[in-house]
Amino acid sequence: METLNEKAARQQKIMGVLKFVLLVALFICFVFPFVLVVINVFKLKADITLDPLAIIGTTKGFTLENFPNAMAKMNFWSSFGNSACITILSTIFTLLLASMAAYVLVRNNWKACGLLFGLMIASMVIPFQVLMIPLVSLYGGILGLLGHRATLIFLHVGFSLSMATFMFHGAIHTNVPIALEEAARIDGCNRWQTFWQIVFPLLKPTIATVAIIDAMAFWNDYLLPSLVLTKKELYTLPIATQVFYGTFSTDIGLIMAALLLAMLPILILYMFLQRYIVEGVTSGAVK
Amino acid sequence: MNTNTMSYKTKQFLMFAGVTTAVFVAVVIIPFIYGIYLTLTSWDGVSLSKPFVGFENYTSAFADAAFWSALGRTFIYTFIAVILVNVVAFILAFLVTSGVKGQNFFRAGFFVPNLIGGIVLGYVWKFIFNRAFVAIGTSLSVGFLSNSWLATTKGAMLCLIIVSVWQYAGYMMLIYVAGFMSVSNDVIEAAKIDGCTNMQTITHISVPLMVSSFVQCLFLTLTRCFMVYDVNLSLTKGEPFNSTVMAAMHVYNQAFTYKKFGLGQAEAFILFVVCAVVGVLQVYVGKKAEVSA
Repeated sequence: METLNEKAARQQKIMGVLKFVLLVALFICFVFPFVLVVINVFKLKADITLDPLAIIGTTKGFTLENFPNAMAKMNFWSSFGNSACITILSTIFTLLLASMAAYVLVRNNWKACGLLFGLMIASMVIPFQVLMIPLVSLYGGILGLLGHRATLIFLHVGFSLSMATFMFHGAIHTNVPIALEEAARIDGCNRWQTFWQIVFPLLKPTIATVAIIDAMAFWNDYLLPSLVLTKKELYTLPIATQVFYGTFSTDIGLIMAALLLAMLPILILYMFLQRYIVEGVTSGAVK
Repeated sequence: MNTNTMSYKTKQFLMFAGVTTAVFVAVVIIPFIYGIYLTLTSWDGVSLSKPFVGFENYTSAFADAAFWSALGRTFIYTFIAVILVNVVAFILAFLVTSGVKGQNFFRAGFFVPNLIGGIVLGYVWKFIFNRAFVAIGTSLSVGFLSNSWLATTKGAMLCLIIVSVWQYAGYMMLIYVAGFMSVSNDVIEAAKIDGCTNMQTITHISVPLMVSSFVQCLFLTLTRCFMVYDVNLSLTKGEPFNSTVMAAMHVYNQAFTYKKFGLGQAEAFILFVVCAVVGVLQVYVGKKAEVSA
């Protein structure tokens, strides 16, 4: 007869195996769509229609033809360049502006600081849909600024400032000892120098978090860019994938290639920065 | 140097926060106020004049049956999606914190859908529902899979919910994982010594101590699902027969397709108020349920 301990250990082991099997099953469900895209990207339209589940095309076999065609149709390099340029510049401006503003907001109890911070917190509940129509009316109708990358960068920065300032505010409040700043002042630093030489370097973890959250949001954003970027040569990747739909015939082979191309840059980045992205997103959400 | 003068304060404020204030006011505050003004006009998006119509847009919005059915649909969708996302995310979080082999790999894998924008995800799933599922259905002759779910009204709604669960579960999982990790081992061990089974430890110890994670996740999923647009556009485009037009898409169409900017803006405002009330209520109720060890 087995002892109680042995029985418990055996149960534990069975539970462990069950958990693992369940996890693997769920994991397969999660990656299944990606796997199918990867399989079909190497098939021609006719083969995909015939059997989307076959690993290799039954009539035409393995082909790379979809890639150059899709890249030409969606203007891949131009869209990729636009996406990259807009994402990088918007992120840098957000980081610089938000950290500077947060510093002055934390260290002073002036009325203007309280007012700005209060407005920023309150504005975080406004969904984009409420601002989209007035934005188009103001920046398009009245100022005529739509159709420029700079306008999109300006708007991206404006929308992300509240959240970023809020996060830097928390970080400066808890992680930057005021004694350090006083020491810097005694050594002859003015406020500006103190910020750049003492405070900003101490904010590195928060900079990484904000950069990851905002860069991902900018890179994937669709609605705002689709309203601002009115010309084809300015399209970002999410907008460019749309050219394959709505025409007379949809070539599913090209679509597969386009979708994979649109996903690839961020997936490659994820492979290298996975730990930082997961950490950044978690700490950003829990704040 | 005197640091208590008005000019010093103004200079300091402008130096650090001047640009931020200007950009923030130009992008958020002014459009918000201007948006309130727009709801009182019947602007068509093109002409220079914006005829003042008073509260007419609000009365039309309250009479707009399509708007209210879109709103009702959004409620149903949000309700089901939020529950499913959180259930799946909680199960995932439990599984990847239970000491299974390769749990970091699984965590990273489940998060992948969040890296990709809603537009691309919607198109990927459109292919899966229209082609792959149908192919599986016909080859195995499973009736309910043989026709695309996207072609029926109920099926399309189901598709939207499935994609949302798939999209957000990994993200919410990370928050629940953080919650599980924050429950200290001492408390768990104490519960085990007192004779709790694994299940009891979760329901009586971990879950009550993780209320803040639940509040967090519910708030995030609620606001995101309620304002769903990208996936809605690429997956169903509101089809079939406008049966999957969610509130955000209705507002977009009202303004940019039908050129009723005033009415669209008024409906956007109603949406904002509903969303804010639901969000605040949920956080308020959640905060009351929080306990500490």
